[in-house]
Amino acid sequence: MKNRNVIYGINGPVVTVKDTDSFSMMEMVYVGKDKLIGEVIGITNELTTIQVYEETTGLEPLEPVIGTGSPMMATLGPGIINNIFDGIQRPLREIENKYGAFIEKGIGVSALDEDKKWDVKIKVKVGEKLSAGDIYAECQETSIITHKCMLPPGVAGEVVLAKKDGKFSVNDVVVVIKTEYGKEIKLTLCQKWPIRSSRPVAKRLPTTIPLITGQRVIDTLFPVSKGGAAAVPGGFGAGKTMTQHQLAKWCDADIIVYVGCGERGNEMSQVLSEFSELIDPKSGKPMTERTVLIANTSNMPVAAREASIYTGITLAEYYRDMGYHVAIMADSTSRWAEALREISGRLEEMPAEEGFPAYLPSRLSEFYERAGLTQNLNNSIGSVTIIGAVSPQGADFSEPVTQNTKRFVRAFWALDKSLAYTRHYPAINWMQSYSEYFTDLDPWFVQNVSEDFVKYRAKISALLHEENKLMEIVKLIGADVLPDDQKLVIEIARVIRVGFLQQNAFHKEDTFVPLEKQKLMMKVILHLENKARQLILASIPIARLQERGLFDKLTKMKYDVPNNDLRAFDDYIEEIDRAFNEILKV
Amino acid sequence: MIIDYVGVKEVSGSLIVIDGVSDVSFEEIVEIRLDNGTVRQGRVVQIDGDRIVVQVFEGTKNISLNNTRTRLKGHPMELSLSSEILGRVFDGVGRPIDGLGDIFPEKKMNVNGMPINPVARLYPKNYINTGISTIDVLTTLIRGQKLPIFSGAGMKHNELAVQIARQAKISSDEKENFAIVFAAMGVKNDVAEYFRRSFEESGVLQRVVMFLNLSNDPVIERILTPRCALTAAEYLAFEQGMHILVIMTDMTSYAEALREFSSSKGEIPGRKGYPGYLYSDLASLYERAGMINGKKGSVTQIPILTMPNDDITHPVPDLTGYITEGQIVLERALEGEGIYPSISVLPSLSRLMKDGIGQGYTREDHSSLANQLFACYAKVKDVRSLASVIGEEELSEADKKILKFGKEFESKFINQGFSEDRSIKKSLDLGWKLLSMLPQKDLDRVDDAILEKYYQEEKAGDKK
Repeated sequence: MKNRNVIYGINGPVVTVKDTDSFSMMEMVYVGKDKLIGEVIGITNELTTIQVYEETTGLEPLEPVIGTGSPMMATLGPGIINNIFDGIQRPLREIENKYGAFIEKGIGVSALDEDKKWDVKIKVKVGEKLSAGDIYAECQETSIITHKCMLPPGVAGEVVLAKKDGKFSVNDVVVVIKTEYGKEIKLTLCQKWPIRSSRPVAKRLPTTIPLITGQRVIDTLFPVSKGGAAAVPGGFGAGKTMTQHQLAKWCDADIIVYVGCGERGNEMSQVLSEFSELIDPKSGKPMTERTVLIANTSNMPVAAREASIYTGITLAEYYRDMGYHVAIMADSTSRWAEALREISGRLEEMPAEEGFPAYLPSRLSEFYERAGLTQNLNNSIGSVTIIGAVSPQGADFSEPVTQNTKRFVRAFWALDKSLAYTRHYPAINWMQSYSEYFTDLDPWFVQNVSEDFVKYRAKISALLHEENKLMEIVKLIGADVLPDDQKLVIEIARVIRVGFLQQNAFHKEDTFVPLEKQKLMMKVILHLENKARQLILASIPIARLQERGLFDKLTKMKYDVPNNDLRAFDDYIEEIDRAFNEILKV
Repeated sequence: MIIDYVGVKEVSGSLIVIDGVSDVSFEEIVEIRLDNGTVRQGRVVQIDGDRIVVQVFEGTKNISLNNTRTRLKGHPMELSLSSEILGRVFDGVGRPIDGLGDIFPEKKMNVNGMPINPVARLYPKNYINTGISTIDVLTTLIRGQKLPIFSGAGMKHNELAVQIARQAKISSDEKENFAIVFAAMGVKNDVAEYFRRSFEESGVLQRVVMFLNLSNDPVIERILTPRCALTAAEYLAFEQGMHILVIMTDMTSYAEALREFSSSKGEIPGRKGYPGYLYSDLASLYERAGMINGKKGSVTQIPILTMPNDDITHPVPDLTGYITEGQIVLERALEGEGIYPSISVLPSLSRLMKDGIGQGYTREDHSSLANQLFACYAKVKDVRSLASVIGEEELSEADKKILKFGKEFESKFINQGFSEDRSIKKSLDLGWKLLSMLPQKDLDRVDDAILEKYYQEEKAGDKK
């Protein structure tokens, strides 16, 4: 028998084992007598290096290290939705029940509830030929999500046993298949998948459907498509988390995976309490019925923080394979990058930019490339949309994480501290942000909203850019000296900024706005601009129009017109016309 | 069997290396006895086979390769705790220095603590009335929050912390349960004395636990000081059901101690030479604030840090801001104008306030008022920069009004006496009174209904 593998050295979360050849790269291992979970991250002839996902205080040399023979796996099966996990998919509620309010070391709990019986419908018959991705059983996971058990990738064969519909727990065998080589494979309700590998799909599709978020600045100016990737960079206090929360609450994905990666504990408890009170507008059910939370707060072990992003995206891909549209919010990817840096530093690797390891860009691209609109192995269509927050050091967007992220996402929502200071939320800076999804999405907008939407957007965007140029002058000499047509640009841009771009997340009408209302708001604003321009051409001073208070009225229409009755916008148009005619008459 | 290891292999900075050690655990505490009889404490920070690296809290002065005997204590750093710690003074590693003898421990706790399970956290919603307008109205402090004060050398952050501690109101039935844990890291003797005296004057000294690592105390001890303080706080809050306010000053000194330790260990430095794990390390302190489901007590933190060169993008304030739930930033320009507290309104923020204010907590108009004040004051800054270019006379009427508002806002709202305790109602009304100086149509952050009720243009002149 080989020598038992024992701990040789310990340095923070990094543990080494000497003179062994029994581990493979990325293998999951149990470290020490408490069986702390770890992962092999380096192998040399002499030393095997392991990162430990738990606190290493109290660990001693010569304690055993046991390999599991497989990489870090996520357990995929019913019971994921409405759950809250730590970075390595341990259920936190279960941990609380068993161990109390503080997270101790060496906790052994399984990811999914193994006792719960699910009402399972078996979808296959004996003799049927199945291939990877085919659905063999279904159960109602929550009131809005039907869980579909699929043949794991790489598995195919003929059904030799199929249980009757009934109540089963996740580890019960429900179907047995025989592969073409005669090997029998028992299928339960769950399967495992290595978190660092993406799940295969039949093919990727062009991303032509927008993710509707109900946030005006995003839907109108910087849309992201289902299957796209967006980054939300911003310094502290700029509203990253708030933006992520708004998207998680209101976007029209079927399932939300929210990864709190190295963030605040109180924030996670806020998500928990808020989401359970909120009602999903589509289904009328609590928001938690479609949400998975992964919480690895900043004081939880750093290696698990690194893994949390992968755990999250693996869960997202699993539901995508069932044909759902999944959105994953990662808050924040900078913390994840810092975890990489921290571990890399402990391994004494040669640092690249700002101490980050040289493989930071490749890791980031690997992650963002797991987004996509796909035709799955079972021919269903699903998508994974990634929305990653970035917390740049010192709010400086030139730092490596922001810059590298920019290369791999196509929508960039730059949060601006100075907007946040004036409490302009969402503080998305319209000059620095961009979306490359326009060309893919415009046909959808034309077809599903109207051609005007695209036109209005171009006009709004042009006005904002013009204002930005004028502001340079205003800053130097004041607004009073500008000619009237430029004053109008400034006034209208103010209406756009305050009345349209600014959105109040705490107002019940304003927190989510349907596309139709967004369109009509733009229409009214541009109508006013158009009429005012006619007045100016007729040499009537803009002050005459300002006196009427129309500009101010328009900044409040977001509150005054209810989402479910948009007829009031016609009144605005009428009122503008009336005012225009009266001014002309005098 | 107790083994003494004689001599050390290597001394470097605050670290010693010892060979041939067995049965050692990571982060274990060791006792180092010098030939001259002095005893020092250390902590195992790295293990490589039978070679260990020990961090010596009191520094390695006088240690040579062969004048020490080192003994393993068999447990990680622990703090002896009982409810008797109230009113006591400890050094940076939790040894009593007030001459009143050792603590008879009811419980010993590992100073590193354990992370609170996010599921077990209670989302903090109860606001703490500090009696300071700027904080109560604009950056409301919530029980269980961590709200740092970002200051600079020579500014009045200590006074502000004392005023908060003195005026922080907890409803009367809970008064018994209120206590302060004070951790000083590398602060001057007279600063520590100032805090002690202030606590004494306000009659809370019997409810204060002090952990003092002064600027002439060993640097490495500083790394443990906040951990000891927070362990004491957690014990009092979650075992004894008390509401604890933790004041930690100065976090910059703490981070510098960490940097010193890291560089002597030969770690790869990150930004400005601070170790790459500074974020995780600070988080392991700040995240110990909070409330727990089913437990009565709470830990609220007010860390104070001095920004080197008043630079908010310096790694320490930067990383702190990413962890804490907001920040109170002090501004030297306001301080120069004689305004106390010199809180710079725009970059200050309380992330938890939105759920702890409004109807049922403070008053329905609170959040609209706060937003409007922020927005208007931001305008003040724009107008001022314009005025500095074209001169005040050239400004439009509207801009002049804004300028006047700015002046009044600073001198009446932000400015308040060191012992002035304003009620929340008084602060809110004051805010409305100031807003009423501006035309009603400019107040675009407020619902019409609320504006109707609180805006008082005509009355603005009448009131004195």
